[in-house]
Amino acid sequence: MTDFYNGEGNHPLDKTVPSSIAMKLRMLWRKSLNLVMLSVTAACALVTVSVLVFILGYLVWHGGSSLSWNFFTKLPAPVGETGGGLANAIVGSAKLLLIASLIGIPIGLMGGVYLAEFGGRTFPFMVRYATDLLNGVPSIIIGIFAYTVVVVPMHHFSTLAGGCALGIIMIPIAVRSTEEFLRAVPRGMREAAMALGASKWRTVLTVVVPAAFQGILTGLMLDIARVAGETAPLLFTAFSNRYWSPGWNQPIASLPVMIYTYAISPYDEWHEQAWAAGLVLMGLVLLANIGARLVLSRRASFSRS
Amino acid sequence: MRLAGAPGQPGETSTAGLPLRFKISNLNFFYGAKQALCNINLDVPVNRVTALIGPSGCGKSTFLRNLNRMQETIRGTRLEGEILLDSQDVLQMDVVKLRRRVGMVFQRPNPFPKSIFENVAYGLKINGYSGRLKEHVEKSLRRAALWDEVKDKLNQSAYALSGGQQQRLCIARALAVDPEVLLLDEPCSALDPVTTAKIEELMFQLKGICTMVIVTHNMQQAARASDFTAFLLDGKLIEHAVTSQLFTTPADPRTEAYITGRFG
Repeated sequence: MTDFYNGEGNHPLDKTVPSSIAMKLRMLWRKSLNLVMLSVTAACALVTVSVLVFILGYLVWHGGSSLSWNFFTKLPAPVGETGGGLANAIVGSAKLLLIASLIGIPIGLMGGVYLAEFGGRTFPFMVRYATDLLNGVPSIIIGIFAYTVVVVPMHHFSTLAGGCALGIIMIPIAVRSTEEFLRAVPRGMREAAMALGASKWRTVLTVVVPAAFQGILTGLMLDIARVAGETAPLLFTAFSNRYWSPGWNQPIASLPVMIYTYAISPYDEWHEQAWAAGLVLMGLVLLANIGARLVLSRRASFSRS
Repeated sequence: MRLAGAPGQPGETSTAGLPLRFKISNLNFFYGAKQALCNINLDVPVNRVTALIGPSGCGKSTFLRNLNRMQETIRGTRLEGEILLDSQDVLQMDVVKLRRRVGMVFQRPNPFPKSIFENVAYGLKINGYSGRLKEHVEKSLRRAALWDEVKDKLNQSAYALSGGQQQRLCIARALAVDPEVLLLDEPCSALDPVTTAKIEELMFQLKGICTMVIVTHNMQQAARASDFTAFLLDGKLIEHAVTSQLFTTPADPRTEAYITGRFG
């Protein structure tokens, strides 16, 4: 046997006996490679954050100065006149989101409950796949769909059509997030209810859904915040409106569409209004996101053991 | 603290002659193609504690969960054989009605994310019981030896309790509907010795009014707390006898090997 310990022979993994200089160079190479990779990945992370900070900063800088009481309460003024606002767009967005929620939330919730609690293997798989595909459909195509199905039979643009389009966009996200949060409820809780003689639907309704409630709520909040900014489907379903839109059957103004209209216009007052509208919209999205995080974190500190 | 009572009533040498709550015949259970229980025949007498012991994976929990048909909730399982509850076939019975008569306490405490009161009242509410809930809840919590600790905080979340308290809450919840049978699947395995003693004491006090079947890894607990013990190995029932007899003079050499610690 070769005595490796006392210097006989060569270890099979040694090509040559390394000198101390070669070893030092190798260590240096390794260290600099680590440093480069760390810097590159940190820089990319920084860019991501910077983009958000940049957008927010720009919005606050340009839009903050145009925010006023008038903005929230007055209708758009004729070009050249000051003192107009976008009250109709704010209310309009709210009305559209209301209809979208009435369509998207029940369907999304029930669909999520079905996927998480019931069903065998093939049908839920198909439903999940179809939901994910629907999620990937470009929003303008959903707008065309709503145009064909609602606007054309009604012969005019309407709040209803816009709400339908947004509701359809809401469905896949609501389904998937509800399903995820329901699945996160531990199996033991369901078994405890069933062992007491609760039927399947009763278990789901009285134990599982309340247990997942906070998570489902945050999912829906984020869902609404997402569709609040959708512009393309509204362009030919809700269209736009310079005035108040009574009822549900008339075209209606909305924040994203107004931003679009005002931003590409040649008037400076309108540009300022567009910035303000963008700030309001961004504020809504931020509120929903931060609110969602707060709701979820309150839940996490709730349970012990 | 008094230890749970002497195994078996004096004079009982077997289950013969005793009224039976469960009569299980030729029970075979399959997880898909794999057979988990082979031809089990067991009599569970009324108002006695029957313990199921055996090494890990021998099928004790599987057997227990079949008694209230909880195994049906798992996909791909198949049950053959007969389980009679008071001469009624369990498999033909409405499963919801069955589970109201046969309650279960699980290994890990699993209270609902509701208040303590709502947890105990849950079983009553889903049964349509609209009478004096408060009294019933208090009675159940007293039976579970938890009333004194929670009587001032019934509206607090059940999650604010410690692990041992949560398990006693689960027992109170199971007892609230006055089940004829209580199935306990290693209820003390996650608990400290003090709480374990409390639960064994509780079992002793329930003995006259409730049939209990307990699965336990802890042979000393089986020796302390049960009247009859059944030893399972690899899905088969090896021996079933009065506890004192099984632990002192077991009939089967495999039983003796297990209880003396030669394996398991």
